[in-house]
Amino acid sequence: MAREQHDYDDIPGTFVFDAERSRQGYGINMFCMSLMKDENRKAFKANEAEYLKKFKLSPEQTEAILKRQYNRMLELGGNIYFTAKLGATDGHSFQHLAALMTGSTQETYAKMMLGGGRSVEGNRSKSGKGKPAKAKSKASKKSGKKRG
Amino acid sequence: MARIIAGVSSSHVPAIGAAIDNKRTEEPYWKRVFSGFEKSKAWMAKTKPDVVIGIYNDHASAFSVEMIPTFALGCAAEFPPADEGWGPRPVPVVKGHPELASHIATSVILDEFDLTICNKMEVDHGLTVPLNLLFGSPSTWPCPVIPLAVNVVQFPPPTAHRCYMLGKAIRRAVESYPEDLRVVMFGTGGMSHQISGPRAGLINSKFDKAFLDNMVKNPKKLTQISHLEFMREAGAEGIEMVMWLVMRGAMDEKVDEVYRFYTVPASNTAVGHIILENKKRAGTAKHKRAAALRTNRDVRRGK
Repeated sequence: MAREQHDYDDIPGTFVFDAERSRQGYGINMFCMSLMKDENRKAFKANEAEYLKKFKLSPEQTEAILKRQYNRMLELGGNIYFTAKLGATDGHSFQHLAALMTGSTQETYAKMMLGGGRSVEGNRSKSGKGKPAKAKSKASKKSGKKRG
Repeated sequence: MARIIAGVSSSHVPAIGAAIDNKRTEEPYWKRVFSGFEKSKAWMAKTKPDVVIGIYNDHASAFSVEMIPTFALGCAAEFPPADEGWGPRPVPVVKGHPELASHIATSVILDEFDLTICNKMEVDHGLTVPLNLLFGSPSTWPCPVIPLAVNVVQFPPPTAHRCYMLGKAIRRAVESYPEDLRVVMFGTGGMSHQISGPRAGLINSKFDKAFLDNMVKNPKKLTQISHLEFMREAGAEGIEMVMWLVMRGAMDEKVDEVYRFYTVPASNTAVGHIILENKKRAGTAKHKRAAALRTNRDVRRGK
């Protein structure tokens, strides 16, 4: 079944961890949760593919984990607070993961954050509909008057 | 009678905790963040609450995806710091207030908020970082803390309005507790940030500053912010600002702003902080009159 469409799917570069993703990504998140224990981290690092067999994962999910495709993991139902545990197991800082997900180097990403972060301007909406709430309501009132 | 005397909101960025634990608070990057809480610590030392009710969220520490309670109230006698993958934070065990907590649970559930009751729970940086920011790093926390964990991990979290109304129910619960306790509410999390996906790093200071303003003067407006607007404007993870509204709901409609602080960034997040006190009320005047009467009576009795 195709993924149900939601208003928040219009937000660019964002995979909202909703009930559907949570259901599909249960295996990814439970795998990540297992990495809270040192013995599991060691077992995973010793033989990643073998360790992953303990969890209910689709071939796509397994591939995303093995290849450390962090955005793909989110798309397939992983949640960032969980997948961050995989990053930590690899010895990476969170900022390393953030840079990876945004397709930039850690240095560029860190510089962006120091400069005040990623601007919301131009990042609200895929469709261009995502205006700030105020502007949007004013615009719709105006057009309503014209029609009347 | 117990009463809520003040509300504190603060971000709970994990990197702030790491900076404290690794003694990096004097580095310029972190000093910029911590210096904003110096006045808050002085205020807290003077205010000396008997109990703190800490509204926070767990980050895949105590709760995984096996159980996702929307509102979970900690009724235990103590809450150990959780191992978040690097060993538990070296902070004191959080001592609860089981009597007040179970009173709140009873009152709030009969008030139609169906809380989950946790008699065993570990707490992560979501709760302990704001405790550090307001109390510093003592060997034991100076007062009991009742944790209230809110799900903001799996969409949808409770709405801003629902959180605000829960705050009101908690206030009714506190005010029906017979012991004289001075309670401070902590609403934690935020402000704008997104840490997931290609849009990670999003910060919206304009949204945050308007949010801080309305925390003081128009909280009802904040209760109308939709989940879509929170995520669009303040980032996918910025939605956790709904937790501030539990605190705000527990306060008077009109409050005094004692202090605020805002800085960007701490790690990937905009740090926001505000302290609100309930205005001196008619109730206070009544207390004064009662005290005056007692004094008169004592004078008459020749004490």
